[in-house]
Amino acid sequence: MSKLVEIRWHARGGQGAKTASTLLAEAALSAGKYVQGFPEYGPERMGAPMLAFNRIGDEPIRIHSNVENPDIVMVLDPSLIGPVNVAEGLKDGGVIVVNTQDEPQAVRQKLGVSGNFKVATVDASGIAVETIGRDIPNTPMIGALLKVYEFLPFESFMERMRIDLDRKFHGRKAIVEGNLNAMRRAYQEVKQA
Amino acid sequence: MALETKQVAMTGNEAVANAIKQINPDVIAAYPITPQTDIVQYYSSFVADGQVDTQMVTVESEHSAMSATIGASAAGARAMTATSSQGLALMHEMLHIASGFRLPIVMPVVNRAVSAPINIHCDHSDTMAALTTGWLQIYSENAQEAYDNVIQAMRIAEDPRVRLPVMVCYDGFITSHAVENLFLLPDETVKQFVGEYNPKHTLFDFDSPVTFGPLVLPDYFSEIKAQEADAMRAAKEVILEIAEEFAKISGRKYGYYEGYHLEDAERVIVVLSSTAGTAKEVVDELRAQGEKVGLMKPRVIRPFPAEEFVKALSGAKVVAVMDRAETFSTQGGQLFTELRAAFYEAPTKPLMRNYIFGLGGRDTTTAEIRRVFEDLKKDQERGSVDRKVTHLDVRV
Repeated sequence: MSKLVEIRWHARGGQGAKTASTLLAEAALSAGKYVQGFPEYGPERMGAPMLAFNRIGDEPIRIHSNVENPDIVMVLDPSLIGPVNVAEGLKDGGVIVVNTQDEPQAVRQKLGVSGNFKVATVDASGIAVETIGRDIPNTPMIGALLKVYEFLPFESFMERMRIDLDRKFHGRKAIVEGNLNAMRRAYQEVKQA
Repeated sequence: MALETKQVAMTGNEAVANAIKQINPDVIAAYPITPQTDIVQYYSSFVADGQVDTQMVTVESEHSAMSATIGASAAGARAMTATSSQGLALMHEMLHIASGFRLPIVMPVVNRAVSAPINIHCDHSDTMAALTTGWLQIYSENAQEAYDNVIQAMRIAEDPRVRLPVMVCYDGFITSHAVENLFLLPDETVKQFVGEYNPKHTLFDFDSPVTFGPLVLPDYFSEIKAQEADAMRAAKEVILEIAEEFAKISGRKYGYYEGYHLEDAERVIVVLSSTAGTAKEVVDELRAQGEKVGLMKPRVIRPFPAEEFVKALSGAKVVAVMDRAETFSTQGGQLFTELRAAFYEAPTKPLMRNYIFGLGGRDTTTAEIRRVFEDLKKDQERGSVDRKVTHLDVRV
């Protein structure tokens, strides 16, 4: 993997993709990385397709445009596959991670594009409902991302996430633990092909 | 002083809110909904949590926000506000009052398009429309620069040689809402750097009472405006003095502009704020291929350091000035026309052309910057520019 890793998040408004890109950036910073995390602000409606982006690297990041050629594509809502070309600009050897109950092979077929990339799937929504109590698939998707692209040791990343989530949720233990469990489960359950 | 800094991940707005927290002004007046930014939202939680001593005044419009800030500043308080887009447009009348009263107000401005059509995204049409209001304007490439510039702006504004308000500008969403690495200075360091504010004249000085805003007829009005222009001229050296002091506490150096591979560059892009970062990537790429390209990123455009800009570009053969706002003069953007005019007396002039780009948040990619450098190369070979003003990213 090259020194600068670029990530594009596809989601619908309300699924927490912006928060995911922010949390990932903050956690990567504490691991000594240079980071960017930002959404593409549109009309900001619940349910509308939206994008968010991350850059994570070992050197200061100066580029300030959207990510066009991602190393990793994160799809929080599988219904976006089709209406949105989620594979657009994906780098050779890149990976698409999809929140779905389907197998990676089935998703690859649905994508309908050829090329040298990996597909990973995880039932992030199912995990979120079981661990957090609501279908907010963003944190389990971060767990899956860490499996697919292990740019940080998982356990130290989780320690950092605990601090960030504690701050974000003002120490509400059940929500923090729910999110951490969701990440851990997604990390273990993600399938790649 | 030791360089103790800690690295954090923050959005531009959060970084700027933290700079204001460390300055700890007496008064912040703000209109608490759109087009206000989340700078004052962050700040209101600092106030609620007792982390600052600031009196927060929520008002009914941006016009009132600037009015209340002016009132507080005239009364001797260190007063600030923040705005963006339509908000800056609505306070336009009061911008002239702030500078005419010679009040050292510092205001972060998150650069965003001005309607219509309705748009919330980045361009520079808001602050470009405020160039003639008597405010200094300092532009920032990223969250770090926005944070650093707000702290320096306080000292520049309050310097007895200046006593003028300052806008610290940075790109809407691209910088304001993106999380990036930056270093925050320790609270105590910033406190010492900005120091106590001791205004010369205030409404509350009952031993030597003064009036702000009286009627001034043609017999004195010109003198007062000429003094404002003198103060703007004096700001030039103050900006560099403060930058030098700031470098001692931060290790980060600032000037009127940042040059990137400028020394031997034949083809140069001039551009403000976040796009300069993207352009640096392309400069590196083209330099690796042996191309003599460079970048100049103006930091201060009010006052306009014409001599220094001309000197910085004196070796260039072709210059592209990129403006993120229309002037509708049909003769190019504001930065282009001012920079081009600055070359009028210069013994040697580069070819110059203008690009209007990135309006209403249109994403400006490395591919577009590459295209500009390709145009410059053709111009250099031809010995003339084929088009003076181009809308870079418009679909044809």
